[in-house]
Amino acid sequence: MIRRALILYLALFLVFVVVGFVMGSAYTTRMLVEAAAYALIALGLNIQWGYGGLFNFGILGFLMIGGFAATVVAMPVNASFWQSDGPWLLGRAIGAAVIGALLILGAGRLRRLGAPRWLAGLAQVVAWIAAYILVRTQIDPAAAYIESNAGWVGGLGLPVVLGWGLGGLLAAGAGAIVGKISLGLRTDYLAIATIGIAEIIRAVIKNADWLTRGTLTVSPVPWPVPTPQDYQALGAGGTASFVLARLGFFVLVVLVVTLALVLLQRAYRGPWGRMMRAIRDNHIAAEAMGKDVKARQLQVFVFGTVLIGIGGAILTSFAQIFDPAGYQSINHTFLVWVMLIVGGAGNNFGALFGGLFIYTIWVLSEPVSQSLFSAVSDLTARIGWGAIPDIASRALQMRVFVLGLVIVLALRFAPRGVIPEVVGRSREARPGNPEVRTGPKGDAGEARGMDRAER
Amino acid sequence: MNEFVFFFNNVIVSGLVLGSVYALGAVGVTLVYGILRFAHFAHGDMMTMGAFFTLLIAWGLAALGLTAPIPLGIIALPVAIVVTAVVALGIDRAFYAPLRRHGAKPVTLLIASIGVTMMIQGLIRLAFGTGTYTFFADVPKRLYRLDVPIEGATRTINFTQPQVIMVAATIAAVLALHFFLTRSRLGKAMRAVSDNADLARVSGIDTRLVVRVTWIIAGGLACLAGTMLALDVTLKPDLAFNIVLPIFAAAIVGGIGQPYGAIAGGYLIGFAETLAVFNWNAVLRPFRDVLPDWLPTNLALVPTEYKLTVAFVILVITLLVRPSGIFKGQQS
Repeated sequence: MIRRALILYLALFLVFVVVGFVMGSAYTTRMLVEAAAYALIALGLNIQWGYGGLFNFGILGFLMIGGFAATVVAMPVNASFWQSDGPWLLGRAIGAAVIGALLILGAGRLRRLGAPRWLAGLAQVVAWIAAYILVRTQIDPAAAYIESNAGWVGGLGLPVVLGWGLGGLLAAGAGAIVGKISLGLRTDYLAIATIGIAEIIRAVIKNADWLTRGTLTVSPVPWPVPTPQDYQALGAGGTASFVLARLGFFVLVVLVVTLALVLLQRAYRGPWGRMMRAIRDNHIAAEAMGKDVKARQLQVFVFGTVLIGIGGAILTSFAQIFDPAGYQSINHTFLVWVMLIVGGAGNNFGALFGGLFIYTIWVLSEPVSQSLFSAVSDLTARIGWGAIPDIASRALQMRVFVLGLVIVLALRFAPRGVIPEVVGRSREARPGNPEVRTGPKGDAGEARGMDRAER
Repeated sequence: MNEFVFFFNNVIVSGLVLGSVYALGAVGVTLVYGILRFAHFAHGDMMTMGAFFTLLIAWGLAALGLTAPIPLGIIALPVAIVVTAVVALGIDRAFYAPLRRHGAKPVTLLIASIGVTMMIQGLIRLAFGTGTYTFFADVPKRLYRLDVPIEGATRTINFTQPQVIMVAATIAAVLALHFFLTRSRLGKAMRAVSDNADLARVSGIDTRLVVRVTWIIAGGLACLAGTMLALDVTLKPDLAFNIVLPIFAAAIVGGIGQPYGAIAGGYLIGFAETLAVFNWNAVLRPFRDVLPDWLPTNLALVPTEYKLTVAFVILVITLLVRPSGIFKGQQS
């Protein structure tokens, strides 16, 4: 299995080298940075799905939260906001939110104080309505005031790396709420609930212009490392400056990914990882053994969202622009799922490989399909059928099709991924304890195709 | 009285239209869920695909020189329903059936359906680009204005021809489905499989036939829903992808696996969305002088930008408070 992983990584490296020669080094370094960020996100999903068997289709929302954190930390301070009445109005809104939260909590306590069921339920509903009205009456004028006077609240003017951390923290907070709401649900309900909550997050971030500038977008988000412009100021040439700057960024991202990978591997091997797998494979048995299944699942969900949030923050700060309208389920949520499924759920090196490999395919399929389509178009033009209209936008859609086909084929022929989870007899296992292998998708029949030769 | 007419136009009419689309979509989703036990995410794109089939056939009819006072799409619809049903069967045969044979979990099928959704989307955009199309290129979209026979009402109740057709088609489809499920042998078999697949199999029901019929009905309903939606708004490649979540919300709110629940859920969510974004100030206008002046000018419950989130909020509340839905569906 290790030999196979090594061969695959070597092949991936060769692909990178070839891409470097064909597409140029500036292009390749950009692709590498983004691929590494996506690998981090795939690792985050691997914690949730691979370790914990939890379905998260709300990746998009957590990526947006990460991106928002990066911008709000790193953008310069907006003096016109802090000198206006904005902070005061906003403070009042926060106060209203706190009062509302207390109301809701208080209503939730009624049942414990001996109130009958219907009364407690009614109080709950009334508290939610009152809290909603209270917050709306405060936040609406505040938002309107800030938008007309200062534009938006601006940033904090701190180093962007802190924003990455905050992205992880905020995503963890959101993940805790999402998990609290939906983790008790059956898997497919969980998928729908997480998508729904991610869509709510998206709607809020997109429309709260006072907080995020919404569709007006925020740019340029500063870099944690010297930018191409810095290198150019030092006298570096055009391409060289881009390559140097992106390599610097790449090194930083690789550091983050390596740290995450080391921690994850340790967690996977340790008692915690065994417990998580036990819960994933049979949560009823795990509960009978005295594990607090719900709390552990919440924990693993939150850990995953931290990495996803950090990945989102990295992507936004690398692109230097935070554009809430640019987030799409297909490009974000589903792409990451393809990475994990193709790479191998439950295996960190599989997730890493899937992230790097699928992102490379995703990016490269753009120029490849463009050239393919213009070739076809030339052909049809020559034989008199006329050229294909608006090739550029159509060719791009080809990759959505290819991605869909890849998912379906992977589920059919390599349901455990190209570098599947290895569950042999671990060192800790007592001799004579036959371990039955059931991965998150071990049920999809025996591993087939590419898998079989190795086993 | 004008205020009431305004309310009628903005809430009742648009809620009915939106609810019909959701209901038609949710019935398909819930049927597939009941029989095959997985959330079929590609249903939204199957709706879009069906609408494009209708468009293609309508273009074909137009090329043959056919003209009609109603949009050709409506004449083309029955053929398109058959085509979509066949394609739905093909999709099942090619992508879902092999996974089922391997005993895949519902989650695996759910992920596969996302793959299918992406494939359909890619193909549609490959063929049709990203532009918008309309069924009303040759005939005008007829608008009906009904005078309200009440003193003091100058506004009229407005709706369009496709909206009438949509509501009528929904009622027809629901009735047909009802009689199919309760009267025909095959429909009863479907309900039996939905209740307990193993028991149905041992009592001699051909489950593979039931699965095939399910896909035929789901595909046909998807085509109907997609075409109706495209007649009401315009046809574009992301027509139904954006509403697949409200449709799921409708199916879950109604109790998943319950066709009648899906219809109720569809209308519930449709009306909830239009009610939530309705500005109540418009109704309160006659009492302008009595009301205190600190009332804000916009009394909508939710800003219009957040219309779609209403469905998700209802979904989340349902999952928390009554996960089985209004009509007791399969438990979560």
